[in-house]
Amino acid sequence: MIPELGHYALVLALFVAFAQAVVPLVGAARGEVAWMEFGRAAALVQMLLIGVAFGALTWAYVVSDFSVANVAQNSHSAKPMLYKVAGVWANHEGSLLLWITILAAFGLAVAMGGRNLPPGLRARVLSVQAGITVGFLLFILFTSNPFDRLSPAPLNGNGLNPLLQDPGLAFHPPFLYLGYVGFSMAFSFAIAALIEGRVDPAWARWVRPWTLAAWTFLTLGIAMGSWWAYYELGWGGWWFWDPVENASFLPWLAGTALLHSAVVVEKRDALKSWTILLAIIAFSLSLLGTFLVRSGVLTSVHAFATDPARGVFILALLVIVTGGSLTLYAVRAPALKAGGLFAPISREGSLLLNNVLMATAAGTVLLGTLYPLIADALDLGKVSVGPPFFNMVFVPLMVPMIVVMAAGPLLAWKRGDLPGTLMRLRVALAITIAAFVATWAVMGGGVGQLAAAGGIALAVWLFCGTLAEFAERIRLFRVSPGESLRRAARLPRAAWGMTITHAGLAVVVAGITGSSAWQVEKIQVMRPGETVEVSGYSYTFTGVVEGREDNYAFTRGRFEVGREGRPITVMEPEKRQYANPPRPTTEAAIHGTFLGDLYAAIGDADGTGGWVTRIYFNPLVPWMWTGGLMLVFGGLVSLTDRRHRVGAPTRGRVAADAAAQPAE
Amino acid sequence: MRRLAYLLPVLLFAVVALFFLKGLGLNPREVPSPLIDKPAPALTLPLLKGDGQFTLAELKGRVTLINFFASWCVPCLSEHPLLMEMSKKGTLDIVGVAYKDKPEASLAWLARHGDPYRRIAVDNDGRTAIDWGVYGVPESYLVDGEGRIRFKQVGPLTREVLEKTVLPMVKELRK
Amino acid sequence: MRRALPLALALLLAAAPAGAVNPDEMLPDPALEHRARELGRELRCLVCQNQSIDDSDADLARDLRVIVRERIQAGDSDGAVKQYLVERYGDFVLLKPPFRPGTWALWLGPFLLLIGAVAAARTVYRRRRAEGAQAPAPLSAEERRRLDALLRDDPS
Repeated sequence: MIPELGHYALVLALFVAFAQAVVPLVGAARGEVAWMEFGRAAALVQMLLIGVAFGALTWAYVVSDFSVANVAQNSHSAKPMLYKVAGVWANHEGSLLLWITILAAFGLAVAMGGRNLPPGLRARVLSVQAGITVGFLLFILFTSNPFDRLSPAPLNGNGLNPLLQDPGLAFHPPFLYLGYVGFSMAFSFAIAALIEGRVDPAWARWVRPWTLAAWTFLTLGIAMGSWWAYYELGWGGWWFWDPVENASFLPWLAGTALLHSAVVVEKRDALKSWTILLAIIAFSLSLLGTFLVRSGVLTSVHAFATDPARGVFILALLVIVTGGSLTLYAVRAPALKAGGLFAPISREGSLLLNNVLMATAAGTVLLGTLYPLIADALDLGKVSVGPPFFNMVFVPLMVPMIVVMAAGPLLAWKRGDLPGTLMRLRVALAITIAAFVATWAVMGGGVGQLAAAGGIALAVWLFCGTLAEFAERIRLFRVSPGESLRRAARLPRAAWGMTITHAGLAVVVAGITGSSAWQVEKIQVMRPGETVEVSGYSYTFTGVVEGREDNYAFTRGRFEVGREGRPITVMEPEKRQYANPPRPTTEAAIHGTFLGDLYAAIGDADGTGGWVTRIYFNPLVPWMWTGGLMLVFGGLVSLTDRRHRVGAPTRGRVAADAAAQPAE
Repeated sequence: MRRLAYLLPVLLFAVVALFFLKGLGLNPREVPSPLIDKPAPALTLPLLKGDGQFTLAELKGRVTLINFFASWCVPCLSEHPLLMEMSKKGTLDIVGVAYKDKPEASLAWLARHGDPYRRIAVDNDGRTAIDWGVYGVPESYLVDGEGRIRFKQVGPLTREVLEKTVLPMVKELRK
Repeated sequence: MRRALPLALALLLAAAPAGAVNPDEMLPDPALEHRARELGRELRCLVCQNQSIDDSDADLARDLRVIVRERIQAGDSDGAVKQYLVERYGDFVLLKPPFRPGTWALWLGPFLLLIGAVAAARTVYRRRRAEGAQAPAPLSAEERRRLDALLRDDPS
């Protein structure tokens, strides 16, 4: 009964969403308050219904109801409870239901949260949001019903791919979807603004917290996926430029650009139509990712089981949502009033340059991701576009961006003073040059180390530049330390957020540089008692033990790790053989140190008492995760900013603020 | 002019959408062979049944289908009835290449499901298969009388492909 | 029967991901082995979805890794090794596509995108300037005071 209940709830939700998509929109056009208010009630009911559906599917997984086809295909009664629950979204149908649930939750958040939103804007946002929900509900009900029954019900299920039975991956999709779907808010606000024909600083203030929240979740989701690859794949790779990875990276790039251009709209009332376009693009790229993952037009390690009928449906959805909104943009955006003037060298100018580079980077990644498809469709021959291509074109775009990123926040709005700014960065520059030379020399010099030293220098430059900007704000060394501290405490959270994220990115850049330039690898057959030396650490292999857990059998190797004769740690990598479905996995053993990860994995037995062992030193990888957490933390800190927390100000006040700005 | 700039995003999107529409009908996993219309690589391998070697020279003057298969290959079973039918009707000569398969296993498999092949060669280490650009079994190559590869089927041969593509081509080549 | 195909594919892909290169394949000469590894990262494992032969445990990937090492030992240059595989599998086997007419758009695209984006940004400045009739003047003292007040409130 419960699965049917879930199914009916989805059908009812479709009707509610349809009403919500129409009534408030018409109400806003006619100025009918009751019609506009209907959107809020509808959003609540819709959330409840979709919540019931999601709960029903989760229940079917928890009790292992194998009469539900989706459960039978993706779960197994012997699976630990965590993965029964995570199994809900580890498949096409369930993940789509999660997507819709999050969409409804965001809709509810606007309905309940944004008390300061003008009723007309809120009504339109709710309608656009519901319109997207209608599309996805139709999709799930017609092509991907998670509640389909099987008759007769099998005695047990097929189980979940053991690679996915991992805590890191269990929560990776929900965060990713919170990010993707979060961009639907910026999208809905953009469409509402186009319909209203008005974009002003107040609008930017309302959009920014939603974009920031989506960006923060997406950052966390991507970082978790990357971290999972790092420890699960057995050799320390963490990014492969796979189409599905790119599909999550594209909205991230667009979302990052959007966050920065929204600042310009908010502070200077400029770049308005571009910001609207970015909001549309960020969500469209999220939808595009959905299409790529579920339609089978590209090959990917991560793709869901694909089905052309689904592909056609999502493509139709993509055409309606993206094509429709871009058409609306083409019609309405030219009427948006151009905003404030600024010189190329100014804060706005640096933010615009960020946008130019981010947009180019996103376009490049999109081109590379789709090129196999384009070449095939145009009969230019089948090609593969892999990591060597992406690294070659992406890195040169990021270098100037990071160079400017250190200086941008120090520039004044409207017209900046470049020589003055560079003067203030002279200490940072000196440290950067020193870091470059030191890194180059320590790593042994030579042409081969120039690029790596450059990467570290870039990270140092960004880090020091960010600190210099922070020091400037709190007037460090120019007033008493106590006064500086008081100033720091009074700084808005958004300022703290920026400092933390920019510094975090510097740490990430250092981590990426270290792990790609200086990884040390030793692959060999080892017998118990043998020792190998990797990057100054000695690994003594003491043998393997075999054992069983509930749903897998394992072979666990043991290494005693020491340095200069002193024992440091014991590392126990595993090889697992899962039963349902029968598949092997590797679980690397990782021991983190400040300068890098010790990383050991165990392979097959050679049949004569030896084991294949893979031992790595992955330099600065912990920095990458630390930096990634700093990005997330900075986003969260910024979200708690007073203005975001108490809700956006009323439009009247911001409009007055804007009016108070210098006339142009 | 200015309004045109605002049209650009939707136009670009339309182009991308068209590619997607086309892409839905394409198979990204299928790798076309660069060997089409080129002389077939050497195929000198021991025979599965009896002693001796198989060489391509044997096929001179006749159109032949070279079929890479294995007893462990599940999709091979799905094309097998069609191959049996072709061999019974004498539609086309088929030469089998057992790919990375133990001879006993191949023989047992053929005994169970029937043997559609005129000759069967054994590619034990899979090196000849790599020379032919095989990346999975089953794969079939249509070789003409002069020893040129004219067509390659990746994955199981289907009746549709056979009737719409292979047989017309065979007819043409036999002229 | 159609069902057999996905099943077989699933079995093919079941090979566990685990740093794929095995000690018995490796060349004794570290310099040559290093070259083989670098090459392996640029060659696509054809049966896998999207991995290099260096990352894949698939049987074919192993065979190709062995071939790469044989060619290297036979004295082939990196280019010749790639050519050897391209002759058999086509450009599809290269993860870094060659620069030929069919991939011009791919390789030149990023530059064109950058030029386009910079040009668009320039047009924005130019037009604004034309519309504003003058370059933005430096801030007056009064403007700076107000801006400072705004920034203190709101410095992101």
